Amino acid sequence: MTHMTLPSLIPVIPELALALMIMALLMFGVFRGDGSTRAVSWLSIIALVVTIVLVGMGPTEKTVAMNNMFVTDGFARVFKTLTLLGSAVALILSFGFNRDHQMERFEYPILVLLATLGMMLMLSANDLMSLYLGIELQSLSLYVIAAFRRDDSRATEAGLKYFVLGAVSSGMLLYGCSLIYGFSGSTNFVGIAKALSGVPHGDVSIGLITGMIFLVAGLAFKVSAVPFHMWAPDVYEGAPTPVTAFFAAAPKVAAIGLFLRAMLSPFGELVTDWRQVIIFIAVASMLLGSFAAINQRNIKRLMAYSSIGHVGFALLGLAAGTQEGVRGVVVYMTIYLVMTLGTFACILSMKREHGMVETIDDLAGLGRTHPAMALMLGIFMFSLAGIPPLAGFFAKFYVFMAAVNAGLYILAVIGMLASCVGAYYYLRVVKVMYFDQPAGAFAPVRGELALVFGATGLFTLFFFVYPAPIMAAAETAARALLP
Amino acid sequence: MPLLTITTFLPLVGAFLILLSRGDEESVARSARWIALWTTVITFAVSLLIWIKFDSGTANFQYVEHAPWFGETIGYRLGVDGISMLFVILTTFLMPFCILASWEAIHVRVKEYLVAFLILETLMIGVFCSLDIVLFYLFFEAGLIPMFLIIGVWGGPRRIYATFKFFLYTLLGSLLMLVAILYMINQAGTADIPTLMKYSFSPTAQKWLFLAFFASLAVKVPMWPVHTWLPDAHVEAPTAGSVILAGVLLKMGGYGFLRFSLPMFPDASLYFAPLIFALSVIGVIYTSLVALAQEDMKKLIAYSSVAHMGFVTIGTFTFNQQGLQGAILQMLSHGIVSGALFLCVGVVYDRVHSRLIDVYGGLVNNMPKYAVVFMVFTMGTIGLPGTSGFVGEFLILNGAFQVSTWVAFLAATGVILGAAYSLWLYRRVIFGKLEKENLKGLLDLSPREILIFAPLIVVTLWMGVAPQIFLDVMAVSVDHLLQQHQAAIAATAKLAAAVAH
Repeated sequence: MTHMTLPSLIPVIPELALALMIMALLMFGVFRGDGSTRAVSWLSIIALVVTIVLVGMGPTEKTVAMNNMFVTDGFARVFKTLTLLGSAVALILSFGFNRDHQMERFEYPILVLLATLGMMLMLSANDLMSLYLGIELQSLSLYVIAAFRRDDSRATEAGLKYFVLGAVSSGMLLYGCSLIYGFSGSTNFVGIAKALSGVPHGDVSIGLITGMIFLVAGLAFKVSAVPFHMWAPDVYEGAPTPVTAFFAAAPKVAAIGLFLRAMLSPFGELVTDWRQVIIFIAVASMLLGSFAAINQRNIKRLMAYSSIGHVGFALLGLAAGTQEGVRGVVVYMTIYLVMTLGTFACILSMKREHGMVETIDDLAGLGRTHPAMALMLGIFMFSLAGIPPLAGFFAKFYVFMAAVNAGLYILAVIGMLASCVGAYYYLRVVKVMYFDQPAGAFAPVRGELALVFGATGLFTLFFFVYPAPIMAAAETAARALLP
Repeated sequence: MPLLTITTFLPLVGAFLILLSRGDEESVARSARWIALWTTVITFAVSLLIWIKFDSGTANFQYVEHAPWFGETIGYRLGVDGISMLFVILTTFLMPFCILASWEAIHVRVKEYLVAFLILETLMIGVFCSLDIVLFYLFFEAGLIPMFLIIGVWGGPRRIYATFKFFLYTLLGSLLMLVAILYMINQAGTADIPTLMKYSFSPTAQKWLFLAFFASLAVKVPMWPVHTWLPDAHVEAPTAGSVILAGVLLKMGGYGFLRFSLPMFPDASLYFAPLIFALSVIGVIYTSLVALAQEDMKKLIAYSSVAHMGFVTIGTFTFNQQGLQGAILQMLSHGIVSGALFLCVGVVYDRVHSRLIDVYGGLVNNMPKYAVVFMVFTMGTIGLPGTSGFVGEFLILNGAFQVSTWVAFLAATGVILGAAYSLWLYRRVIFGKLEKENLKGLLDLSPREILIFAPLIVVTLWMGVAPQIFLDVMAVSVDHLLQQHQAAIAATAKLAAAVAH
C-alpha cells in the first residue's frame, strides 16, 4: 500500500517540506528563546527559497493528489512562486522595524511561514474542503500577525477588526460551500463542474447560484474588493508597517489566484451568471479605490485604497473569463507584487529620530534629501498610476486588452476613467516629494530596504525592455487553468 | 545601420552621461550643460543624415526596423515617411535652443533639469518614428512624466495647479485612445501601423474609434473647448518648457490626426469633418479674441498657438493636397516661430522677471537687436509673405476654399485678428518712449542669445522664401495618404450602394 501512496505525494512535496521546516524552526525558536529571532528569520527566508526551488522542480503538467483535493499545475506554480517571493521579501522588510519596535520575537517569521503555507494550499485547492482549510490556515496566522504588537492599541484594534470581519466572511464562505455541495452533490471542483456541464443555461438550480454568490462574497472579502473592503484601510493603517507590507503583497496575490481558480475551474460553465457580479465588484473597487484615496493623508491608508483599486483592475481580467484574461491577471499580480513591495520598502524607510512617520506630507522635499529613494518612490507612483513605459502600464494594458476582446467596452472605459482619477493621488505623492520644500531628512536608509526598493524599482522601470520571460510564464499559467 | 534607433536613444546616452558626472554643484551643472548641448547637437546632426539619405520619391516607410517585443503582435517597429521625418527634424532642431535658453535661466537642480529634457527628447522622437501603435502610445504617454516634472519643479508660482491640469487633461484623453487601440489590435490582429492603415474597420466602429482618438488628440492639439490647460501650462513652464510644449508636443496631436484618424478611419473622418471645422473655426476666432485681451505675454502667445493649431486641423480635414501640405507646413512653421516667440519672452523675462505686457515699453531704444529679432517672429506668426507662416496659412485657406467658402472666410478673419494681437503686443513692448526706470539699464542680446536666434530667423525666412524643399519631401506621402483615403471612401460608398440594391 505504501508504495502506492508515496508517488501520489510528489505534487505536495513543496508544501510538506515547508510544513516540516516550519515545525523544525518552531522547535528551534522555542528552545533557543527570543534571542534566536534573527537566526529564525534568516532560516525562514532560506526555507521559502528552498520551497521556491521545490515548486520549480515539481511536475509541470497538471497533477492531482490527496484524493483529488489537491492539484498542482502551471497556474499554481506561477502563483506559488509569486507568493513565496512576496513572503520572503516581506520578511526581509521586517528586520529593522521589528528590532526598533520590540517586535523581535521568533513567532513572527513562523507565523508568516504558516500563512504562506496556507496560501500555497489555497492555490492548489481542488476541493471546497481544501479551499477552506487553506484559507483558514492563512487567515488565522494573519489575524495574529496583525495584532503582533500587543501593547499597541491601534494594532490590537486592527487585529480584532480583521478577525471579526474575517470570521463573518468565513461564515459566508462556508455557507456558500454547503449550498454548493447540497445542490451539486460534490465538494470537488471537478465534480461540481461535471454536475454543471450539459445543464442548459437557465436550468441551473437557484440554490447553486446562491451558494456561488456566497462563495464570491467570501473570496471578495479576502481580496478586499468592494463592497467587502471595509476592513482593509483600518487594518492597513493599524497594523505594524512590515505586516501591512506583507498583507498587501503575498496574501493578496494568493487570494486572487484562488479567486481565479474557484471561479473558472468549477464554475466555468456559469460564466454568464457570475460575470455580472464580478463586473460589479470590479467597477465598484476601481471607483472606490480611486475616489476614496484622494483625501487620505496617511500613506499606509492611501496604499490600502490603492490596493482596493488594483484588485478592481485585476478582476477585469477575471470578468473577461478568457485565457487572455487569466494571462492579464497573472501579469497584473506579478507587477503589482513588485510595485507594492517596493513602495512599502520606501514607506519603511520613512524614519526620523523620534520614530516612524507615515503621512504623505512627511515626504516633502524627498527629491532633495534622499534623491535615490525619491526617484524609486516616484517610479512606483507613476507605475501604480499606469503611466508608460513603467511596468504598471503593461499590467493594466493586458487586463484591459482582455476586457476589450471579451466585448466589455463600457467596463474598459470606466476602468480608464477610474485610473485617471487614481493618477491624481499618485501624482500628489510625486508633487510632495519633488515640488515642496524639504521637511527635514529621514534617518539613513537601512541597507536591506535600499536593496529591496532599488531592485524592485529597476524592475518596474526596465520591465518593458525584456518582458518575454514574465509574459511566457503568464501564458503558461493561463493555459494551465483554461486549456 | 539602425539610424532611427540611434537618433531616438542618443539623448538617453547623454542623460546617462550627465547622471555619471560627479563633483561640486557648480562644476556638475557646468559639465551637464555642455554634455546636454553636445548631445542635442549631435542628435540633430544624426537626424540630418536621415533627411540626406531619405528617398522622397516613395510613400513607403523608410529606415524600417523591426524586432519582436511583446510577442509578435506588438513589436518594436520604427520607420519614417515624408510626414514623420519632418517632425523628427523639427524636434531635434529645437532641442539645442532649449538647452541654450536654459543656460543661465535655470540655476537650481540643473542636472535633473537637463536629464528630464533629454529623456523628453527621446520620447518625442520616438513618437514620430514609431510604426507600432503600442510603441507610439508608450512614447506619447511617457512624455507626460518629464513634462510634469519640468513644469512642476522649475515652473512659475502657480506651477502645481498648471502641471496637474496638464497631466490629468492629457491622460484622460489618452486613456480613451488606449481603449480604441486595444480594440484595433483585437480586430486587425496586429499593432503594426502600416497594416492598420490598410485594414478597413466597419463604419460604426470607425466612428467610435475616431471619437476615442479625437479625445486624446484634440486635447493635445489643443482644440477649443479643451484647450484650457495650454495657457496655464505655458505661463508656468520655464522658457524652454514652453518652447518644447508649443514646438513639439502640440504637433503630436496634429501628427496623430494625419497618422491615425485620416488613414485608419476614413469614413468617420469624412463624417466628422464638419464638427472639426466648426470647433476649429470657433477656436481660431475665439482664442484670437481672447489673445487680444491678455496682459501676460506668454498667455497671449499660448492663445495664439491655439488659434494657429486651429488652422492645422482645418487643413488636415480638407482632404486635399493643398490643405494637408499646408497643415504640415503650418505645424513646422508654428513649431519654430512660436518656439522663438517664447524664447523672445524669455529674453526679457530673464532680465526683468515679469511677463506682464504693461511692465515693458520702448525697448527699441536700448535693445535694437532684440527689436529686430522680435519683429521677424511677429511677422512670422502673422503670416507675412516671405516668412514661413505665410505659406502654411495660404495653402490651408486655399484648401479650405475648395471645401467650404464659409470655413475659409471665417478662418481668414482669424488671420486678421492674428495680425491685430501680434502687432499690438509688439507695439506695446517694443515701441513707445522708454520711461520705466528699471528698463533703462537693460542690455541688448548677448552673443549666446544671438546664437540662439540667428538659425531660427534663417529657417523662418528660408521656409517662407523656398518652401518647395519641405513640400517636396512630404508630397509623395501626402498624395499617398489622400489616395488611400479616397479609395477607402469609394469602397464604402460602393458597399452602401450594393446594400441599397
